[in-house]
Amino acid sequence: MRFYRALRFYRALLRLYPAGFRAEYGDELCRVFAERAALRSGPLAPFESALAALADVVPNALAVHAEILRQDVAYAVRSLRRTPGFALTAILVVALGVGANTAVFSLADFVLLRPLPFAEPGRLVKLWQATPAYSRNEVSPANLRNWREQSTSFSAMAATTLRSANLVGTGEPRELQVALATPELFGVLGVTPARGRVFTAEAEGEPSILLSDGLWRSQFGADPGVIGRVVRLNGVPHVVLGVMPRSFHYPHSTTEAWTPLLFREDDFQDRDNTYLEVVARLKPGVSPERARQDMARVSAQLERQYPVENEGLRAHVVGMRDDLARDSRLLVLALCGAALCILVLACANLASLFLARALHRAHELAIRAALGAGRERLARQLVTESLGLALAGGLAGVMLAAAGLPLLSQLVPDALPLAGHATLDLRVLGFACVLVLVTGFAFGLAPALRASRTSPIGALATGSRATRARTQRLRAALIVVEVAASVVLLVSSGLLIRAIVRLQAVDPGFETAHVIAVRTALPTNLYGVTQRRVAYYGRVLEAVRALPGVTHAAYVTGLPLAMRAGIWKATVAGEPPAQAGEDGVGMRYATAEYFATLGIPLRLGRDLAESDTRAARPVAVVSESFVRRHWPGQDPLGRTFRLADQEREVVGVVGDIRVRGLEQTSEPQVYLPPAQVADSSIIGYTPKELVVRTAGALDPMSLVPAIRRIVRAVDPEQPISRVRRLAAVLESETAPRVIQLRLLGAFALVALLVAGLGIHGLLTFTVSMRERELSIRRALGAGEGSIVGLVVREGLVLAGSGIAIGLGFGYGAARAMSALLAGVRPEDPLTLAAVMLLCLATATAGSLLPAWRAARIDPVVALRAE
Amino acid sequence: MTTERDRPESLLPLPPATFHILLALADEERHGYAILQDVEARTGGELKLSAGTLYRSIARMVEQGLIAEVTRRRAPDDDERRRYYRLTPFGTAVARAEMRRLAQLVRLARARGLSPGPEPA
Repeated sequence: MRFYRALRFYRALLRLYPAGFRAEYGDELCRVFAERAALRSGPLAPFESALAALADVVPNALAVHAEILRQDVAYAVRSLRRTPGFALTAILVVALGVGANTAVFSLADFVLLRPLPFAEPGRLVKLWQATPAYSRNEVSPANLRNWREQSTSFSAMAATTLRSANLVGTGEPRELQVALATPELFGVLGVTPARGRVFTAEAEGEPSILLSDGLWRSQFGADPGVIGRVVRLNGVPHVVLGVMPRSFHYPHSTTEAWTPLLFREDDFQDRDNTYLEVVARLKPGVSPERARQDMARVSAQLERQYPVENEGLRAHVVGMRDDLARDSRLLVLALCGAALCILVLACANLASLFLARALHRAHELAIRAALGAGRERLARQLVTESLGLALAGGLAGVMLAAAGLPLLSQLVPDALPLAGHATLDLRVLGFACVLVLVTGFAFGLAPALRASRTSPIGALATGSRATRARTQRLRAALIVVEVAASVVLLVSSGLLIRAIVRLQAVDPGFETAHVIAVRTALPTNLYGVTQRRVAYYGRVLEAVRALPGVTHAAYVTGLPLAMRAGIWKATVAGEPPAQAGEDGVGMRYATAEYFATLGIPLRLGRDLAESDTRAARPVAVVSESFVRRHWPGQDPLGRTFRLADQEREVVGVVGDIRVRGLEQTSEPQVYLPPAQVADSSIIGYTPKELVVRTAGALDPMSLVPAIRRIVRAVDPEQPISRVRRLAAVLESETAPRVIQLRLLGAFALVALLVAGLGIHGLLTFTVSMRERELSIRRALGAGEGSIVGLVVREGLVLAGSGIAIGLGFGYGAARAMSALLAGVRPEDPLTLAAVMLLCLATATAGSLLPAWRAARIDPVVALRAE
Repeated sequence: MTTERDRPESLLPLPPATFHILLALADEERHGYAILQDVEARTGGELKLSAGTLYRSIARMVEQGLIAEVTRRRAPDDDERRRYYRLTPFGTAVARAEMRRLAQLVRLARARGLSPGPEPA
């Protein structure tokens, strides 16, 4: 009886064989196996039989499958070679769908999904000071200290602030992007150095520095003996404590080194001095929601304690991943939506292609079925074929994605603690594989099977006309889907074009042509004395202004649109206290000629001057909107206001400029003379951008070597870190949108083309099916024009249905991405009208050839053939 | 496929299992298990085909037209569920071609002065 158990096992194993083979030989196999098994005896016999069953079935089943696969591939290659147009189209369509989605997925994965390269990244949160006006202000040291003391949700809290510092002694002087970090940072992030050690909570005896892997390689030749070496940073010796791992980037991908951020008691005095970026690790088991409640309690307590400084102040707790992705999320999601449209389109097109092919092959399949090929065998054959096509297309698509990724990666902002750019890794390739399987299986096989389901007799007889009509209806529905998908893409890219045009038409308030900006960030420890800085500016500006072709040159704290922060409170004596956020002004220090260099018009009074020193009374130049806010309709010159604990007199009024971006008007601007500041005070606002305007034909970029020589002559250890055209700063405002538009636009055009070809293919087939009907119409006297009209109308009805559906989805998509549209309404009539016209024109173009062919049908020839 | 069937040489050299199955069917029609027993007996137990290998070979040989299933009943004492196979004329031609190929090989070896030597004990 044990013998029956082995037989049952064997029978179960037979399922590994293809069904056809099993049906044919299953019983025989069992009989032979049984006869063999019956011969075995002894206590181990059942075990031996089971082993024999495995050894028999597994390799032989595989061999049978391989044999069938070989036959099917050979058959598929033969049949595709007979229809190269079909094969090429299918491969291209799959390549398009897979390529677009792979590229966009790898970007989305990089920006939105991939876990951050820190220990247990889900427990990391960022904390910001939230005011009613803006939820992501930096934190003051005083508030950080109170948060640490009073909160209960975090195992540790760390803070960083960014500086640039000059590294001297490793070749050319070089500006480093340094993060000052509290010693808790590395514990909070759970990162250990690749070499050496990180700084500890105890104040180190001498200044120390940690190097990024990139800096260690580029400036120190990956020297393993670098630990303990002394480098000079802003002239101060720093001991190299350690080198961080290659994957470590915090807070930004551009950060090159870390030095300790240690607070002294007077750092805690001013609660309004907010400059810290705070990251914290949640205690195990504490949810971000609980941390939020905890911090709400702490904030309320602090507001009671410091009713003036902390008025309306709350802590904004946000998961690190969400915090990082906030800017890019919408952009990436929009691209995902577009890629999905392309996939839908590709699938619809593929399905339509396979349906048409299945109709062509219905006869062939019917014959094969009649000759005894089982449904399973035919299905297998079709799977091999469609999967083969999908694989070829997928391969091409992945190559397409690899080629397109560098372009896409320009969309990733620097301000991510992630290395480099999105790459095609195994996850992404796995995603591509799934896409290939989906497109190949569902949209290649299903329609083919559906068509082959008709009984052989039915298909062989003329009854296939009904099948054909049904298939044509399905194809028409698919075309409607294609048109709808392309309309969604067209609407989105059309609206983006409008948004970019609108943005580029915005007057930023300054002129960018012939202006370059050169950054020389003076080390605060060497240039803490105001007089020294002013002397440096004076010498550099004097020499630069003397260069041939230079019309104006000036120093300023930061460029508009590049430096967006710097909001201070300005108050006018006698005015009632302002609402929260209503008294903010943008503050810059600027030397004489700044307004002339940037082409900001001087409306009243005078420019800032070198004579505005600490010996003279404190002055300021303000923007027109400042005057409107405080002295509407009055002469502002000679009036005073209070800023940074100092009373200042307005000596000039200049035009408003867009500082915070082209899309929004900025708060009023206040410009102060750089000489009127106490030593080592407000050092973050020390002017560091040298702006130079040249006359007419001279390209200001050609002056850079001369400027470099001038700076070196004034201070040999002072590097020039960044040279750019002001025009480039302005362009970078719209750059991500332009890239996005190019992508969407390319998607949209391809989509439209594919949809147009789809209409063409469908109508061509319809015309050949309706040849008889059309000939009768001709014979009954219908003119060529009416026949053309008949066919074109069918194309337009398809396009019209697609447009109607597409406009609905397009409106939804536009609503979702309205933040990217710079105020262009989602229902913008010009865009919608243009999209409709474009679609109808494409549909007409796609219908014309089949229509012309229909009109040329010779009724006599066609009817005789019947 | 017909072109392949026309030329027996296109299938050479035959896999050992295939050649033995052809030999087993040379003198009479047999069912699967009988083929196995015949092969085993003729090779003195050296070649023990498993059920899977046998029917995989049979499936392919039927496809290639070397053998065919016998449709009429052969003898009244036989189990009527069993499926019998016979050699086709093409199968015979292929078996002959394989024999010629092997004989040629043996001749070539002898011409070089090689002899099989005594049978191993």
